[in-house]
Amino acid sequence: MRLFLILLLLVISAPLLATHDPMATDTTVQRQPPTAEHLLGTDALGRDVWSRLAVGGCRTFSIAAGASGIALLPGIIFGLVISAVPRRVIAATDIMLNAVLAFPSLIFALIVLTLLGQGAVSLTLAVGLAQIAPTIRVVRGAAATVRTEGYLESARSLGAAPGRLLFVHLLPNIAPTLFAYAGVVFSYSLLNSAALSFLGLGGEPGIPDWGVLLAEGRQAFRTAPWIALGAGLAITASVMIVNRMANQVGRHPRR
Amino acid sequence: MIKQLGAAVGVMWLAATLVFFALRLLPGDAISAQIIDGGLSPAQIEARRIALGLDQPLLLQYGRWLGGALSGDLGVSLLDGQPVTVIIAQQLTPTITLALAALFVALIMGIGLGCAAGLGAALAQIALDLALSAPIYWTGTLAIWLFAVVLDWLPSSGAAGATGLILPSLVLGFHTAGSIGRVLAANVQATIPADFVLTARMKGLPERVIVWRHILRVSLLPTVNVIALQASFLLSGVVITEMLFIRPGIGRVLLDAVIRQDYPVVQGIVLWIGLVYLLINAAADMLYRQLDPRVAA
Repeated sequence: MRLFLILLLLVISAPLLATHDPMATDTTVQRQPPTAEHLLGTDALGRDVWSRLAVGGCRTFSIAAGASGIALLPGIIFGLVISAVPRRVIAATDIMLNAVLAFPSLIFALIVLTLLGQGAVSLTLAVGLAQIAPTIRVVRGAAATVRTEGYLESARSLGAAPGRLLFVHLLPNIAPTLFAYAGVVFSYSLLNSAALSFLGLGGEPGIPDWGVLLAEGRQAFRTAPWIALGAGLAITASVMIVNRMANQVGRHPRR
Repeated sequence: MIKQLGAAVGVMWLAATLVFFALRLLPGDAISAQIIDGGLSPAQIEARRIALGLDQPLLLQYGRWLGGALSGDLGVSLLDGQPVTVIIAQQLTPTITLALAALFVALIMGIGLGCAAGLGAALAQIALDLALSAPIYWTGTLAIWLFAVVLDWLPSSGAAGATGLILPSLVLGFHTAGSIGRVLAANVQATIPADFVLTARMKGLPERVIVWRHILRVSLLPTVNVIALQASFLLSGVVITEMLFIRPGIGRVLLDAVIRQDYPVVQGIVLWIGLVYLLINAAADMLYRQLDPRVAA
């Protein structure tokens, strides 16, 4: 948890620490290894890799956060509502959910991108939409585990309305599970959005995010590994920290 | 079983139908894209639209497509007029080869690492964390650099021969192993305190026998579903792996079709993914019944 907050603070404040304009090209310093002037070296167009990494992190994190919101909000609401309806009634939703779950989330996002066209907003939407169905499934599963608890029964017998029952009595009790799952959604969003950027579907060319940086650095990795190194490590470390936090929350729900 | 099959076919139909309408309700398609870069005259474009049936009412197009799909005809690519079934069929060999090789690696690594991590090996846990956190386009880049450039042991690309398969299947298998290993580790941890393990220990069985016969056997059962899911994902197209290692396959075809908005091809691949999911899940269910006497009915 503490690590995650530090990571978040770092990513948010990093653009302030950018030493150069991340878009400014400089033909005199193409593919230079790290120096005091260019902390992480320069890329093929002479742009400062550190500044691109710093600014790109903010973009990558915003897209991942936006996508997580798009996945979690409808996913939680829909999942809760579905959990309250008898299974027979929702056979159709079950089939629909299964239809979506057949697709790897990256492939799903890729197909949604076909529909929406490219760009940052489409990217966020595509990555987020791809994770609604898994969220619904997790929420429903979590709700099923507390469904038969005594406090729900007593609330029901006191005449609580179905909505109140779900959102006031049930939701807080599955909150730790959901919080842990939100971490999982965030790390998938980060990986998938960076993957789509890596494939060149992130929209505006030249604007840095960690996927774009990796794609740019990959080709030149043999001669100029510093271009991709920062982005590769940054994605891995971020996802690892988020996953670890999700694991901890999931394991010690009463904290 | 029949009910499940029916539901699965329903899933495929629904997925294909959703994609069909979604693709057509939104503006822009490969034909209009050709106007921009192809320099065709409006009359030529209109003629192609009519030839492809794109001028007809949506429902009629849908009926025609569905009828075709049922008889094994998925239409033709908007770009080069090649039948979609042929395009997909051409990619089956490289796709299935890579998927099987990666699954093999994933099973060995996933079971090994998952078992070790579940028994408390910190190093195995770190390896699993890494498999789940590092993006494949990063580990793939590193693997190519290390094995193909620095050590010069293996070729980095190409589908020809077995050596070209080693690197991509190792990298892809490593990440797939992460998902399998994580579930297995959790199961192993949950099984260790079980009564029958305690009994085995009290009988004085060697630790190796306890782990293999008692703990692992029970822990592996629930991973069958994860393995099935990962197998169907591997067959659904591994876009990034195929791109990194310059291999042909479903993933690359899908990426190309998406970029050029070649709808019939995208639809065909959607059906392929549905079919894979259906078959693998049916197989996993059958396997599960075989392995677990409790659900055998």
